[in-house]
Amino acid sequence: MVSLNVNGRQHSIDVEDDMPLLWALRDEIGLTGTKFGCGIAQCGACTVHVDGVAMRSCVIPASAVQGKAITTIEGLSTDAKHPVQQAWLAEDVPQCGYCQSGQIMAVSAFLKENPAPTDAQIDESITNICRCGTYVRIRRAIHRAAALMRG
Amino acid sequence: MGELTSGAKVAPLSRRQFVVTVVSAAGGLALGVMYPGVASALPLGIEPWSPEAVPADELSAWVVIDPDETITIRIPHSEMGQGAATALPQIVAEELEVDWARIKGEFASANRNVAQNTIYGDMNTVGSRGVATSWQRLQQAGASARQRLVTAAAQQWNVPVTDCTAANGAVTHRASGRTLTYGKLAAAAAKIMLDVEPAIKTLGNFKLIGQSVPRLDTPVKLDGSAKFGIDTRLPDMVYAAVQSCPVFGGKLVSVDESAIAGRRGIIRVVRMNDAVAVVADSYWRAEQALKLLKITWDGGAAATTDSAQYRQLYRDTLNGPMVEATEETTGDAEAALGRSAKVIEALYEAPHLAHAPMEPLNATVQLKADRLDVWIGTQSALNCLRLAATASGLKPEQVFIHNTYLGGGFGRRSRNDEMVHAINVAKAMGDRPVKLVWSREQDMRSDRYRPQAAVRMRASLTADGKIDAMDSRIAVGSIQRGTQGPQAAPNGLENQAIDSFDDIPYKIPNYRINLALKNTHVPVSFWRSVGGSQNCFFFESFIDELAFAAGKDPMQFRRSMMERRDFLGVLDTLAEKSNWSAPLPAGRGRGVAICENHGSIIGQVAEVTVDAAGNVRVDRIIAAVDCYQAVNPKIVESQIEGGIIYGLSAALYGHITIKDGAVVEGNFDSYKPVTLADAPKIEVYLSLTGGGKFAGVGECGLAPTAPAVTNAIFAATRKRVRELPLKNLKLSELAQL
Repeated sequence: MVSLNVNGRQHSIDVEDDMPLLWALRDEIGLTGTKFGCGIAQCGACTVHVDGVAMRSCVIPASAVQGKAITTIEGLSTDAKHPVQQAWLAEDVPQCGYCQSGQIMAVSAFLKENPAPTDAQIDESITNICRCGTYVRIRRAIHRAAALMRG
Repeated sequence: MGELTSGAKVAPLSRRQFVVTVVSAAGGLALGVMYPGVASALPLGIEPWSPEAVPADELSAWVVIDPDETITIRIPHSEMGQGAATALPQIVAEELEVDWARIKGEFASANRNVAQNTIYGDMNTVGSRGVATSWQRLQQAGASARQRLVTAAAQQWNVPVTDCTAANGAVTHRASGRTLTYGKLAAAAAKIMLDVEPAIKTLGNFKLIGQSVPRLDTPVKLDGSAKFGIDTRLPDMVYAAVQSCPVFGGKLVSVDESAIAGRRGIIRVVRMNDAVAVVADSYWRAEQALKLLKITWDGGAAATTDSAQYRQLYRDTLNGPMVEATEETTGDAEAALGRSAKVIEALYEAPHLAHAPMEPLNATVQLKADRLDVWIGTQSALNCLRLAATASGLKPEQVFIHNTYLGGGFGRRSRNDEMVHAINVAKAMGDRPVKLVWSREQDMRSDRYRPQAAVRMRASLTADGKIDAMDSRIAVGSIQRGTQGPQAAPNGLENQAIDSFDDIPYKIPNYRINLALKNTHVPVSFWRSVGGSQNCFFFESFIDELAFAAGKDPMQFRRSMMERRDFLGVLDTLAEKSNWSAPLPAGRGRGVAICENHGSIIGQVAEVTVDAAGNVRVDRIIAAVDCYQAVNPKIVESQIEGGIIYGLSAALYGHITIKDGAVVEGNFDSYKPVTLADAPKIEVYLSLTGGGKFAGVGECGLAPTAPAVTNAIFAATRKRVRELPLKNLKLSELAQL
C-alpha cells in the first residue's frame, strides 16, 4: 500500500512501489488534471508540487513521496483564483490547454521563490513545453502573476 | 484599455478604431484586456460535447434558448487551441442580437449530423477552415433564429413583423414599446418556418464580430477540469498500451508473452496485423508489460531503408521525369533562362517532421452489439464516426463520437488511426470500455509525417534587377496519395505540393513549376501549414538569393515586383514595424519572408544574432497578416504567435530520421521543440483589407518563419542556409557569399 497526501486528503492505494506518481494520481486517485506528455520528465505537463516544490510526476515513484504534501492543479486553489490562474485568465494564455496545468504548477512554485523574476530567470526555470506556442503570453502572464502576488 | 466590465453597452468600433486597437495590443505593450464593454460569455463545459438527446424545444439545430435566457450555440468544428469554440459562437451571436454573456457553446453531434443530412457540414477542422468555410452558414443560422423570434413576437402581438426589432436578447414592438425576451418567445419561434431567409450582416455592421472577446475555453483549462480524450474514465474500464510495427507497412509475425506471465493487472495481449496491444487494469501496467514482450515483426523490403538513401532519392527525382503545373505557367521560362547571361540556381531540402501534439493520441471506446461510443479528440468528428462504423461493423447511426478537447492537433488528429486500434482491442473485450493511449514514443514513431522534399530552382534577372524567369523542379511526397491511396492525384499534380510556389506575390513574366510526386514507405499527411511549411522556406529563401544577386535590398526587391494591395499592405506593415531600414550591429541581421497560406497573406521579419561560433539566436519576429476580416483579433494574434513557434521548432530542431526503416526520434529529448528560453519576442499586426471574406489563420503563421530566420542569418553572415533544421548545420562550414 502506498499512502499519499494529495491536496490535503489522505489516499491509500494498492500499487507497486515503482508506479510513477503521475499514474497514481490519474488512474488510481482519479485526478486527471495532471497530464501525461512524455514520460521522461522532458515536457513538464505532469508537474505537481511536492512539499511546495515543482516536480515532474511522471518519473517520481508514488512510494517515494509518501508523507509529503502533494498538490495538483485541482488543489492549487479552491476557486481557480490563485494569482497565476488569474493572470493566465487575464492574458487568455491557453490554446489547446493540455500543457497548461503543468505550466501553472511550475510557475506558481517558481514565483514563491522568485517574487520579481527577470526574463532570464524565467527562461532558466520554466522549461515546460507548449506545442501550441503560447510562450509570449506565458511570459506576460508570469510577470502579471508576480505583480499580483506582490500585491 | 479598460478591464473587463460586466453588462456595459457594446459600442460598435469604426474600422479605424478597430485597427488601432488591434495594433496597440499586438505590440505587447498593453497589459489590459482589449474587449471594452463585452461581458464574457459562459465558459465552455468541462465535457463540451453534445449530450446527444435533442431538446424538444430547441429553436434549431444550431440554437437552443432556455426559459432562463441562456442560449446554447452548437459548434460544428473541434477545439484544438485554435479558438473555434469562441469564434464560431461569436458569429452566430452577432446575428442573434443577444447579450454575449448569455451564450453557451456546445460541440455539435456528429451522430445527428449523419441522421440529418449533414446539417453541420463536414465538421472537418483542417485546412484552417473553421471560420473560413463556416462563417456564412453560421451567420445565416443566427439570422434565421433571430427572424423567427421576431416573427413569433409579431404574431403574438398581431402586428407587422417589420414593426418589431430584435436587440439584446429581446424583441420590441417599436410603436407600443412592448417587449418579450427570447426565452419567452423560443417555444413559439420553434414552430415558425420562414418563407424567405433574412440577409446576413456585412463588414461595417458587425458589433460582436471583430471584438477580442475572451476565449470561452480558458476557464476550464486553468484548473485541470477540461476533459481531453486521455482524461476519459468509465466504470469497469480497462486500459490498453499499443506498439505498432516500427517499419511502416510491416507485419506482426509473433509475440512471445512469457515475459509478462503472472504480472499484476495484465488482462490480455491483443494481436493486430501490424500492432500489438496489452490490456491491463492501469495504463502504466499495460505500458510496462508491452515493453517486456518479445515481438517479431516482418518489416519487409523497407526495413533496410534510411534517411541518407531517401535524401538521395529526392535529389535523384529532381533529374527524372516531371509534370508541369501548367495552370501556373506564364511566358516561357526555359527560353528566357536559355538566353540569359547569368542563371542563378540552388538546391533546397527539407526533412520529414512529426506533429507531436502535447497530448499523445488516444481513444476510449465502448463497443456493444448495437452501439459504439467513442471519446476522442478528433479534428474530423464526422469522418471519425464513419471510420468507427467501418472498423466496428456497425451502422453510422449507431456510432456516437463524444468529441473532447484536443490536446493539440496540427493535422495529426484528422486520421483517427488510434481509434481503430482501440476498436480492435474492444472487440476482444466484450462490453468493457477500453481506453487506449499511445506512449510518446508510439506517437512520434507512428505519425503520418510532413513530407520530405527537394527542390531545384533556377532564375534569371532583368537588366533593372527584377526576376525575368524562374523555373522550379519540386520532388516531394504526395499528401493526397499518403492519405487516400496511390490512385490519388492521378495526373501527378496536387495543390499541397506546389503551395507557396503558386499564388506568389510577385509578377514574374516567365514562370514554370514542375512537379514529381514521390512517396516512400514513410506515411505522409497534413502537417500544420501543409505545403507552405517547406515550400515557403524554399521559395522565399531563393527570392532572397535573387535579391542579393540583383544587388537589391530584400524588402525593396520584393516590393518592386508586387501589385496586390493585400501583399503590399502586409509588406509595408512589416517594413514599418520592424524598422527595416535601421542598421543593426555586426553579428545581427534581419530577414523577411511573405506568402499566401490557407487564404491569408502572411509576412514576417526575423531578427537574429549569430555569435562567432555560428550559434543562432532568434531575437524577435514581427508578423503581419491579412486575413481580410477577423472574427476575434486576439485569437488571430495567438494563432500567428503559435504558428511562429511551431515553425521555429521545425526550423531550429525538427528532423525525423529513418534508420532500418523505422523512426529514430522517440521523444522530446531527440525531437526538441522551442521552449520559453529560445522563444523570440513576437509582435503580430493585423493588416486587414476587408473584402467580404474571413481567411484561415490557424496555419499560415508558421510558413514564413523559417525563411525569415534563414534570410536574417544571411543578412548577418552572408551564409545561405539551404536545408533544415539548423541544428544539423554548422554555419562555420557554409561558404560565405
